[in-house]
Amino acid sequence: MSAACLDIRSLSAVLPNGQRVLRSVSLSVQPGEVRALVGESGAGKTMIGKAVLGVLPTSVRVVDGDMLLEGEDLGALQPKARRNLIGARTALIPQDPLTALNPSRRIGPQMTDRLVRILGWSGERADSRIRQLLDEVQIRDPERVLKSYPHELSGGMRQRVLIAAAFAAEPRLIVADEPTTALDVTVQKQILRLIAQLQRDHGTAILFVTHDLGVVAKISQKVSVLYAGKVVEEADTAELFAAPRHPYTRALIAATPRYTDPYASLKPVDETVLAGLAAEIAAADQSWRPGHG
Amino acid sequence: MDDARISRSGSSPRLWLAGGWLLLALLAAVLAPLIAPQDPLAQDLMLERLPPFWLDGAEPGYWLGTDSLGRDLLSRLIFGGRIAFIVAFAAASAACVVGSALGLIAGYFGGWADRIISRIVDIWMAFPPVLFAILLVAVLGTGLSSVIIAIAVIDWTRFCRVIRAEAMGQARMDYVESARIAGYGRIGIMLREVLPNVLPSIVALLSLEMGIAVIVEAILSFVNLSISTDDPTWGGIIAEGRLSIHQAWWVLVFPLITLILTVLSFSQFGEALKARFDPVLR
Ligand SMILES: Nc1ncnc2c1ncn2[C@@H]1O[C@H](COP(=O)(O)OP(=O)(O)OP(=O)(O)O)[C@@H](O)[C@H]1O
Ligand SMILES: [Mg+2]
Repeated sequence: MSAACLDIRSLSAVLPNGQRVLRSVSLSVQPGEVRALVGESGAGKTMIGKAVLGVLPTSVRVVDGDMLLEGEDLGALQPKARRNLIGARTALIPQDPLTALNPSRRIGPQMTDRLVRILGWSGERADSRIRQLLDEVQIRDPERVLKSYPHELSGGMRQRVLIAAAFAAEPRLIVADEPTTALDVTVQKQILRLIAQLQRDHGTAILFVTHDLGVVAKISQKVSVLYAGKVVEEADTAELFAAPRHPYTRALIAATPRYTDPYASLKPVDETVLAGLAAEIAAADQSWRPGHG
Repeated sequence: MDDARISRSGSSPRLWLAGGWLLLALLAAVLAPLIAPQDPLAQDLMLERLPPFWLDGAEPGYWLGTDSLGRDLLSRLIFGGRIAFIVAFAAASAACVVGSALGLIAGYFGGWADRIISRIVDIWMAFPPVLFAILLVAVLGTGLSSVIIAIAVIDWTRFCRVIRAEAMGQARMDYVESARIAGYGRIGIMLREVLPNVLPSIVALLSLEMGIAVIVEAILSFVNLSISTDDPTWGGIIAEGRLSIHQAWWVLVFPLITLILTVLSFSQFGEALKARFDPVLR
């Protein structure tokens, strides 16, 4: 079997005060596959994405574990080589499409710049590539969009631009961090459909971060459930909904009114389940030592 | 620049009023030898304390009157503008370059770079600026370059503090993170992504600082610490005017008006430019 697109092996990270934000996280994304990473707010979903992309906050320290991008061990590379590898093979679809675009630069140069300066494409090639992608995300007036400043576009348009930009360089892996959360409910559905469409057309693997089980059901083949920095369950998506094994997953599903409705948000999870989880995590922390995670 | 932005902020009257006055004053200063009606240094005791043109006893050719040595006030104001503008541009540019560069580095890189730069700024700002300036000029000796150096040395912190805060805000933005993910170097991100976003503030501060430099130069001239030759300066004229306020009020009032208009115009012009160049119009 060929190497996984992304393979995270027992990754642990701590804050300066010793608090653990990631607890021996293992997960993999196969080429062309969508893996959902689901969990409540503060579970560490964004941290995992940032760790993969090499942009963890300076206060967060990785103390254990490995990350392999298409079989290459990121930890074994020099910083410069790591940056180049990540830059060439990954992309991010961010949560907030406003702050993810530079407010003082026009969309066109912002999008082509990356292809030209990072991948060394010619200006013309980058330009036609960007136009092709804008067409794929169903932007009908590319001329206007390319000339606009970010604040002149709607949230949905900005997110389309970012999706186009993410796919433009043909990355192997895209990290999508709650890409629909900041959008209007009506726009969320379209954006989700677009991401799924482009993912299929380009065969890109996606690590799809969400707190929404409805979205998980719609877009992913695999799912990892995260609680307090720990993967409590991982499974095929269909399997997870049909037969959740972990009590926390069961509680999550039960707390979601209809998981087929992508716009229903999570309800509070049952107290006893949480108490059980806390005990489980405390026990794991007891036996955990860096290097033996 | 697109039409939408011009219509939103381009017709701002303060931009044109402030800019108009500055342009007028600047042109007058540059062309001083050509347009000044009299030699600004020529003394004539027969003409001392002539009033401005609309009062009884005014002489033609001496529009704003003369001082107690019979020198033409308008000509002295025009020539005084030369020193004011030289100091404004040179001192403000120097303070701007040094302060903005350090502020950008501190705000964007954070960490120890920020700690060192911020500490220096704190220490610097503990000195009262005018005293600091007088002290510096006393050490450097009077003269045009000392005044410029003194203002730049004191006021770079003004740029540093503001630009640091803005760069810090920008550095937290997701677009900076996206640029890092794409593989841009840190310095490249600072210059290509962050700098354009703090540029409107730099421009506004630069203009404001020019006004401040004009005031500081006037204060130093007023206490006789600026340019030691008898070249006219606005502060020097004000100092002289103060002595003859009861006999010739105009020698005090006209340079004060000139000074205030210029300083106000610099600050308003900067603000208006900022609004105009900021694509988001925060
Ligand atoms: N810059 C930071 N420095 C230190 N700790 C942080 C930082 N950002 C987040 N944390 C902490 O790390 C933990 C995981 O946060 P993370 O942002 O990954 O959660 P999340 O699962 O993405 O939540 P959300 O659904 O709200 O986005 C939280 O406890 C949070 O308080
Ligand atoms: Mg998050």
